[in-house]
Amino acid sequence: MNPVTNPLLSTALPEAGPVGPVRQAQGGPSHQAHDRSRSRSWNTISAVASVVLKELYRRKDFYVLFVLTALLTLLMGSVSLFSQDAAVRATREICLALIWISSLVIVVTATARQIPTEREQRTLFPLLAKPVSRSEFVLGKFAGCWSSAGLCLLVFYVFFAVIAGAQEHEWPLANYFQLLTLHWFMLGIVCALTLLGSLIFAAPSSNNTITLVVTTGILLMARHLNKVAMKMAEPWQSVVSALYFVLPHLEFYDARDLVIHNFGLVRWGFWALALVYAVVWMALFLTSACWLFRRRAIH
Amino acid sequence: MSEIILKTENLRVEYRTREFGQTTKLALKNLNLSVRAGEVYGFLGPNGAGKTTTMNVLLGFVNASAGSASLFGVNVREPIARQRIGYLPEQTYYYKFLTAEEILRFYARIFGLSAEETTRRIDGVLKLVELEAARRRLIKTYSKGMQQRVGLAQALINNPDLLILDEPTSGLDPLGRMKVREIIQRLKNEGKTVFFSSHELGEVETVCDRVAILTEGELKAEGQVNELVRLYQRDNLEQVFLKIIGHEPSHESTVVDRAA
Repeated sequence: MNPVTNPLLSTALPEAGPVGPVRQAQGGPSHQAHDRSRSRSWNTISAVASVVLKELYRRKDFYVLFVLTALLTLLMGSVSLFSQDAAVRATREICLALIWISSLVIVVTATARQIPTEREQRTLFPLLAKPVSRSEFVLGKFAGCWSSAGLCLLVFYVFFAVIAGAQEHEWPLANYFQLLTLHWFMLGIVCALTLLGSLIFAAPSSNNTITLVVTTGILLMARHLNKVAMKMAEPWQSVVSALYFVLPHLEFYDARDLVIHNFGLVRWGFWALALVYAVVWMALFLTSACWLFRRRAIH
Repeated sequence: MSEIILKTENLRVEYRTREFGQTTKLALKNLNLSVRAGEVYGFLGPNGAGKTTTMNVLLGFVNASAGSASLFGVNVREPIARQRIGYLPEQTYYYKFLTAEEILRFYARIFGLSAEETTRRIDGVLKLVELEAARRRLIKTYSKGMQQRVGLAQALINNPDLLILDEPTSGLDPLGRMKVREIIQRLKNEGKTVFFSSHELGEVETVCDRVAILTEGELKAEGQVNELVRLYQRDNLEQVFLKIIGHEPSHESTVVDRAA
């Protein structure tokens, strides 16, 4: 062998150490190996999610949030000029609608570009050459996008609650908690749907448009589908009724009236059921996304 | 005899194509390779020969249509097969919104390294690729050579037993090439296995223990460089390569080349 003379090569590489299951799994009980594999998966998913969060922060996507928050402040501030109950409610309604629209746009646009950008910029290759499964990658992306949606909502609602509470001296924290959690889980379904869409539609822009149209359509019309079906003749009645039962009912999560009109809390049982329903839809969309992505060649 | 750590058996890859009258394109035809521990293995072939496809199968990016491929005895479709490898793609693309240190920390986390181990390895690899001074700069501010060195650093972060390098010196200046060559030599001296494709035949001749020459998805020759040179009765690897791929210069052109 040739002697190495370059000083670069005198730099010591770190010594070989145990780096994971292939080296470690040389024996031992199978449940330990299973635990290691599960903890490795969580580790990978959280690592991918942390990069998504960092990207959203560094790409200054959250600046949109701050601009909208400033707008919200102005609107809430103007309420004191009128100090009439109707005006207060109207302002709250506008502010919450703004929060809903902006959070939906931020979540859909941020999620839609995740996988296509990784493919286009080829950052996917060095990542998938590591011990990362396709499913872990998709779940990591989902976790990152959904967490960022949660952070975004938290900032919005805390700001909203502080301004509203300071003016009206009322702090319906349980109402805000239900509103925030239901909204966040609804965004989870949208996030999973968008990720699935990004594996079906080639361009992020088409995925953005289609997901936004579908989501808005469900939010505005899904609750009326069964009534519309009753007025139709067969076979359309069955088709529309089936559609009513097949669609994810995102309108269940629109609990803005809890804060606008100070309605009583949603029963905690129904609240929990709504969260379970959201988890089922997220699981369905994510399983489909993982299945599609696993079958796809990357080159 | 050393352990075989990279193996393909009758590996076949077909792509769907929309070219006239043809529905599938055969990218690899029953490829059989075996690379032993501690070897530096050169994987050669003209553009479109199937080198990158082979690497894509080995890394799990593309599924084989038939046959099998394994790393360390584990099917390449299992993510765990990639636990002990390092991969440097032909062109390096990394998250440009991260710094070199952050990207290495991210990959180290994927390999499940402890915080202490991560710091130690990041320091080691950044020193090796001479990027210590720029470790906290965003990757988007790096030159191409520096990005290539980040690529090498991330390939080494887990202290891999097998390195898969896809044309590691392409697009680098002579100094960059020399450094990459020295690092490969260094890894060889440490007993690591290196599987790399390159068009720089002089470089391959210098560092490789064995080479394989692939044309149109088919393995045409495999062996030690001096064995192949002797077998094909040529002066060097470049001439053997040209002979195998069927582009050997004619006698007249050789004379003209010599005269020139």
